[in-house]
Amino acid sequence: MNAPAIASSRPGTTAAREKFAHLLRAEWTKFRSVRGWVITIVIATLLTILLGVWTGANSQEGCPGGPCHYVIPTGPGGEAVTDTYYFVNRPLAEHGSITVRVTSLTGVIETGMTPEGPARTEAAVVPWSKAGLILTAGPSQGSTYAAVMVTGGHGARMQWNYTGDTAGLPGRVSAASPRWLRLSRASDVITGYDSADGTRWTKIGTVSLPKLAPTVQAGLFVTSPSYSATTSSGITGGSGGGAPTHATAAFDRVRLRGGWLGDAWTGTAVSGGSNSPYAVGSGSGYHQANGTFVVTGTGDIAPDVTDGTPVDGPLAGLFIGLIAVVVIGALFTTAEYRRGLIRVTLAASPRRGRVLAAKATVLGAITFVAGLAGAAGAILIGTPLLRANGNPIDPVTALTEVRVIAGTAALVAMAAVFALSVGVILRHGAAAVTIVLTAIILPYLLTAAFPVLPASAADWLLRVTPAAGFAIKQVIPQYQQVAGNYAPSAGYFPLAPWAGFAVLCAYAAVALALASFLLRRRDA
Amino acid sequence: MRRALHAEWTKMRTLASTFWLLLAAAALTVAVSAAAAAAARCPSGDCALDPAKISLTGIYLGQAVVAVMAVMVISGEYGTGMIRLTLTATPGRLSVLAAKAAVITCLILATGAVAVITSLLAGRLILPGHGIGPSHGYPALSAADGPVLRAAVGSVLYLALIALLSLGAAAALREAAAAIGAVLGLLYLFPIVAAVSGSAGLARHLQQIGPMTAGLAIQATTSLSSLPISPWVGLGVVGAWAAGALLLGGLALRLRDV
Repeated sequence: MNAPAIASSRPGTTAAREKFAHLLRAEWTKFRSVRGWVITIVIATLLTILLGVWTGANSQEGCPGGPCHYVIPTGPGGEAVTDTYYFVNRPLAEHGSITVRVTSLTGVIETGMTPEGPARTEAAVVPWSKAGLILTAGPSQGSTYAAVMVTGGHGARMQWNYTGDTAGLPGRVSAASPRWLRLSRASDVITGYDSADGTRWTKIGTVSLPKLAPTVQAGLFVTSPSYSATTSSGITGGSGGGAPTHATAAFDRVRLRGGWLGDAWTGTAVSGGSNSPYAVGSGSGYHQANGTFVVTGTGDIAPDVTDGTPVDGPLAGLFIGLIAVVVIGALFTTAEYRRGLIRVTLAASPRRGRVLAAKATVLGAITFVAGLAGAAGAILIGTPLLRANGNPIDPVTALTEVRVIAGTAALVAMAAVFALSVGVILRHGAAAVTIVLTAIILPYLLTAAFPVLPASAADWLLRVTPAAGFAIKQVIPQYQQVAGNYAPSAGYFPLAPWAGFAVLCAYAAVALALASFLLRRRDA
Repeated sequence: MRRALHAEWTKMRTLASTFWLLLAAAALTVAVSAAAAAAARCPSGDCALDPAKISLTGIYLGQAVVAVMAVMVISGEYGTGMIRLTLTATPGRLSVLAAKAAVITCLILATGAVAVITSLLAGRLILPGHGIGPSHGYPALSAADGPVLRAAVGSVLYLALIALLSLGAAAALREAAAAIGAVLGLLYLFPIVAAVSGSAGLARHLQQIGPMTAGLAIQATTSLSSLPISPWVGLGVVGAWAAGALLLGGLALRLRDV
């Protein structure tokens, strides 16, 4: 039976709007009057929240022997930071500069750490070992700073306030090719320079550090992050652990200009205390002879990407919700086909594209609200419980938290619309449920939750499958100046949050367009 | 019982979807397995890789098709009303369920065997070129190797048990979409919840009771000590899930009106 093609003139906009409102009302009535669907949505939402509460109440990460209540320091921008280095410093007033020549940067990787010390050591400098000049508001964790430095594998850099990073001269430093560095302060404005010969200078960058104290600490610093061997291969392979490293640099020809106070250098081990991932290495320190400083340090001055529990930790229930809404989304039309109700629906409203639009709107709105309730409940109740259990939570801005919660709800709604469309295309509920669940959840499962795929395949899958949408709940951004384990299993996705979500939306949009086309073309 | 079996076989044989679903299950299994093998690399020569497990990655996808197929064996009849005719012809309802279970098990065992053997052959051809072969110290993918044989036979049995689990779920829930949602939820949720549970002990327990995580332990041929559960015991866990689902489905079928 083909729906009669209505030959009457196109109704006016007001009438059309009114008619669409009627359609929405019809679809809403159909949804709410199926008791099983309503119960399923409510139970899935409650389970999502309960699982969040359960995760929060049961997780006790932290120190051996109980919660350690380690607080991750935050930088001036509110992000989690690591702030550990060895510092040879002097007070500096509002104007002044320091120039130095770096003649070597070497490092040691300590593998097989035992309570007595490392089992093996290997002489190698990691790419983000840093040695150079720093100017900081103080030794307290997360202080404002600006620094110029040479690195193990990324040339000279200027970095400031943990997230800022600009490249200078490339190449490694050695006695044959030393690097000259200069850091100058003019009130709040800090400028960094580098040079290969001490005469021709290049400006790397200028930064403004607002509200910098009149007197700051400035001088030489050395630090060296953990060596991270990232292996993501198989369930048993897991991610490679880090091995502590330290770096040693030789500085000479130190020249001070301007308002330097005091007349002696002080050695300071800046660190986050015994619970921080970088304990002060036994080898950290400095000695000074004939104008040459040899400084050894360990740690990093950078955003922290490894430590805490992300705020989306208690959100595992999302998957219960996804399964529930995908089943309902697929049934929303296929059940009508099975019972023959679709013929009544299409006879009542012969403009089929509009029927589909009304269905998608109603389903999307219901699942968005359910997803919002579930995600908000799980995160807003679960995260404080996690914190109370001594888990360090990655500090995030309110905007990020809103993005994670609302994004999760949008993800759920988009999955439901995708399932609805596939259901219309296939007119077979079980097939639609299987295809959509497999396309959304299986790639995530194989790459993030239960990683069995090699890293290259995992990256590829999370770019091209609808599972890319999970990127919307990535909490911590990836920083190119930190060598971290940026694997999906650690909560990092190959696409940016909104780009990943756009991939899922594209799938849903294409499926909806095809569904609309087929619904108009086919007999009901 | 023989007549019930014959009836079920006729129904299965004459459905066009049977052939296509079996083909899809085998083809998807082989395709994903081969793609995983093609993506695996070990330049350094000492990666913690398990060639048999990589070559059988496709089971993760193939099981979904197997689950749909098994669900449709019962839910398809509820969808069309055929179930009333079936139960009129064979009033012994448990006989009907047993006949359906026997037919689907045989089909899945045959298809699974083809898919698993082809997947392993693909792995055997592809992996040595990527630094993961017998010359690099990894076990050869041949039936002569005990653990590889266990992984192969176990994967086929795993698929059959997933089919029985799905059949039981479908008999209990009737509605195809709901049954497949329940089965996939059962398979996928355990590893996801385990990953976020935040406690290693709890995660291990969840992996021990989850049908997919426990059952696919059978695919491991290296570093068995780090598995959450030993291979055959893991397969036993899936067997217990399948038995439980069939029991529930059988009870529902027996006690309920059609």
